[in-house]
Amino acid sequence: MQQRPPYLSIALISGAALAYEILLMRLFSIIQWHHFSYMIIGLALLGYGFSGTFVSIFQRWLTARFNYVYLSSLLLFGMTSVTSFMLSQILPFNAELILWDNHQVVYLVAIFLLLSLPFFFAATAICLAFMQYREQVSRIYAWDLAGAGLGSLSVIGLLFVVFPHNSLLVIGTLGLLSLLIASVEIRMKKFIPVLVMLGLGTAVLTLVAENLDLQMSSYKSLPQTLRIKGTEVIEQDSSPFGLISIVDSATIPFRHAPGLSLGSSEEPLPQLGVFTDGDNMTVITKAAEDPSQLAYLDQVTSALPYHLADPGSVLIVGAGGGTDILQALYHSTSVIDAVELNPRLIDIVGSRYRDFNGALYQRDGVNVHAGDVRGFLSQNKKKYDLIQLSLMDAFNASASGLYALNEDYLYTVEALKQYLDHVVPGGYLALTRWVKIPPRDTLKLFATAIDTLGMLGVDNPADRLALIRSWQTSTLLIKNGVFNDQEVHKIWEFSDSRSFDVAFAAGITPPKGGYNQLVEPWFQDGTASLLSEGRDRYLNNYKFDLEPATDDRPYFHHFTKWKTLPEIFRLRDRGGMQLIEWGYVVLVMTLLIAAVLSVVLITLPLLVLPRTPVEEKNAISRTRVVLYFLLIGIAFLFMEIALMQKFILFLHHPLYSFAVTLATFLVFAGLGSYLSAKLGHHYSRFTTLKGSITGIVLISLSYILMLDNLFMWLSVIPVFFKILLTIVLIAPLALLMGMPFPLALSTLAERAQALIPWAWGINGCASVISASLATLLAIHFGFSTVIMVAILLYACVVLVFPDPGQA
Amino acid sequence: MKVLNSRTGILASLLVAFAGAASAVSYAVDPTESARMELIKIIEQDVRQTSRELNKSELDPRVMQVMARVPRHEFVPAEEKPNAYENRPLPIGYGQTISQPYIVAIMTDMLNLKPDSKVLELGTGSGYQAAILGELAGEVYTIEIVEPLGLSAKERLQRLGYDNVTTKVGDGYYGWEEHAPFDAIIVTAAASHIPPPLIKQLKPGGRMVVPVGSRFMTQQLLRVDKGLDNKVVSKQIMPVLFVPVTGKH
Repeated sequence: MQQRPPYLSIALISGAALAYEILLMRLFSIIQWHHFSYMIIGLALLGYGFSGTFVSIFQRWLTARFNYVYLSSLLLFGMTSVTSFMLSQILPFNAELILWDNHQVVYLVAIFLLLSLPFFFAATAICLAFMQYREQVSRIYAWDLAGAGLGSLSVIGLLFVVFPHNSLLVIGTLGLLSLLIASVEIRMKKFIPVLVMLGLGTAVLTLVAENLDLQMSSYKSLPQTLRIKGTEVIEQDSSPFGLISIVDSATIPFRHAPGLSLGSSEEPLPQLGVFTDGDNMTVITKAAEDPSQLAYLDQVTSALPYHLADPGSVLIVGAGGGTDILQALYHSTSVIDAVELNPRLIDIVGSRYRDFNGALYQRDGVNVHAGDVRGFLSQNKKKYDLIQLSLMDAFNASASGLYALNEDYLYTVEALKQYLDHVVPGGYLALTRWVKIPPRDTLKLFATAIDTLGMLGVDNPADRLALIRSWQTSTLLIKNGVFNDQEVHKIWEFSDSRSFDVAFAAGITPPKGGYNQLVEPWFQDGTASLLSEGRDRYLNNYKFDLEPATDDRPYFHHFTKWKTLPEIFRLRDRGGMQLIEWGYVVLVMTLLIAAVLSVVLITLPLLVLPRTPVEEKNAISRTRVVLYFLLIGIAFLFMEIALMQKFILFLHHPLYSFAVTLATFLVFAGLGSYLSAKLGHHYSRFTTLKGSITGIVLISLSYILMLDNLFMWLSVIPVFFKILLTIVLIAPLALLMGMPFPLALSTLAERAQALIPWAWGINGCASVISASLATLLAIHFGFSTVIMVAILLYACVVLVFPDPGQA
Repeated sequence: MKVLNSRTGILASLLVAFAGAASAVSYAVDPTESARMELIKIIEQDVRQTSRELNKSELDPRVMQVMARVPRHEFVPAEEKPNAYENRPLPIGYGQTISQPYIVAIMTDMLNLKPDSKVLELGTGSGYQAAILGELAGEVYTIEIVEPLGLSAKERLQRLGYDNVTTKVGDGYYGWEEHAPFDAIIVTAAASHIPPPLIKQLKPGGRMVVPVGSRFMTQQLLRVDKGLDNKVVSKQIMPVLFVPVTGKH
């Protein structure tokens, strides 16, 4: 038992498992586009819970053969990480049929079980290590977390250079590598079994590598486009931002011009299709020989602001393939700044296809910046005549509520305020969205604009707002100033000549009717009601959630109200299925399924675990064990998820802040675990725990109080320093958060070894529940509340420490 | 409803299985007819419940008669035949679907077809919608962009005797100039906007219907009316009775 635990292989397998989780999200974004992927991956992590239950039940048999079982688990992780995904692709799962066709539920369950296998094997290996080397649990946990932290960073780096399906092979190979390292670490005397395992693993991976292809759902727009004769993918680019496919269409042009007026006679120029993850198409437009060929870009609702004034400077949010830049050029704008989140897309449009688009990004006055617009604006004092945010997402995904769970900091009250701060007096902010029936985005954005203007101290927001719509898109204009009569007249003229309707113009609500009629004048009613005294009543009576999003509750795309769900479900067979917003429904379902399965997984071992004799004094209470590991499991992820969001807002880049915060959290929590053992030499575990909890509570409370202000104050500092500060701020908290788990586990190792795998499983289940519960809480109450709840849970942890009486 | 549907499905599949044998003995009764009649009842019920949105409580009886006549099971792949008479969209391969019968019925009704109408369809798919149109209108022209789909639909429609339906594989953006103008146009293929040439090829007083949404879920039906004065007005209709605001406001 004095042998050194196999730290390296533990770190490696733990890192590979976390990398696998991140990679699965990427892979599923490519092959599917539905939020059921969220459910599949979320639930697959219950593999950790499964392993706890499994090892609890078979612990005697498993620990007696530690070496073989440990090595086999590593091998099986390596093999199943690749094969499970391959098999799950073969199942004809189609999320959209789930309410029509019962088979889909079976496929869904099968995919979830398949994908939980790799996590099960990785967790089993780690759990067995805890049991085998129980004096060292704090150190094992330290290596486990540090490995996970490095794994999260590495996979993001990997995705920049390797295509996602090939990254899958890298993960598989890491499994085999950990097996090789482990066999040295645990001093396997027999070589043959190790060689056989390695050979088997290599054979499987080689075999699979031959046939490793991504099977994109045939209902995504890329495969659909490729069915058309003469279309082909001419280039693909993969990065963590997404898989970009450039498609040429030789015989039938793309003619992508969403929202084109019904009265238009113009036709789009030749285009190349740019698909991200096989969907969400944008286009690169062929250089116009004559500017008049771009006239179609004047036949969409987003062209409105160009007709009210001649904006000299424009900021385009989301450059995409460059269409909005062309629109600005068509309207003779001299200064055009554009921001695009995906640097690879900038490279594609700006360099690789510059000959095709006539060097669009090199034109005089055009400047394209990589990054997030709010980051760009926070570092920049520049003001614009116009800021344009136009159709940032694809219609179908938007219509079926697929973004409901996506945090989006572009459409919050604070975001709109920041945009308006960068609009010159008399300038405009223009926001174009898809029109949904019944209205959702458009009205929520209108409500957001009212709140923003209120925040800026504007007495009469109605004077500064105008909303027009076609059957397909709506454009909301917010003026930094009051609309004058001439502008109102031009709004009407612009709309009239293009068969668009004015829904609201500077306080005037037009009558029912128009070019694009609805059963009821929802847009007129909505805008008028939102500006009236009866606003709250209207928000309450509206069957979708139109409450404006804020930075603390950044769920612009969430519209579901609980009280509407029963009605919609009743209507599902009668054409009402499209009213269900899957993002939210899937979230709630995931949470419920995870909770039910967790109860089963946690109770099962109790049937076989040895009962503690009642008369034994100071026995470890199982109730305490359950509560303790549930609480810290939930609290840890609550804190991590919520702070990650807070830092996204500071670092202004979802991907980089995700990588930095997650890795910092894990590595420093690992360090904390290591230190907890050291502290154990000087203080009792319970004392150490009380100390760490006090620290966690104090630090996080101070963060709630000061982070927002600190971030605002420091928003102008360079990104490098922001990253440094992020690490400095997260490190001490993470360090302390890494302690409670190993402290209690060490106690179990000493006094109730049989409970180790059970505690491990409970912690695994808690993490799965916690991830969906945190999102659900954030949607309704905001991330600050999630942090508050985490603090509360941490405080309660002290009350249920398994062995408080320990000297 | 669900139970009823699946029972109908099983019944239909049995009937379809025996259809070959039955026709050999040349029975007068079509064995799939009862399944279709069940489906018609469901559609009628759905329409009644959606009357506020559709602005009518029942569809044109001619449309319903045709829905009761056209053999939907002929238009779906073998593995979907058991589901042919369920009121739901079905996959037909190539990432395409055959629409939900209820949606087909209301779209067809919205087109206001007369026996001498000339209709253009973009997106032939399996050919089911074209067959329905063929039963109601004088001439039907249908264009499919995906070649194998278009060819198999052509063969199917010919085999089933829809002589007034003309098919073509290709680009539908410019409509079908040589047969224009049309009394009605239906666009079931996804497009980023309504192609202007189609509006041009619509007769004054003509009507266009476009289902908007994903392959399996119709979010809304867009009806485009071209007035006698050539003025174009659209109307967006939800295929479901749903009032977004409760109470008075």
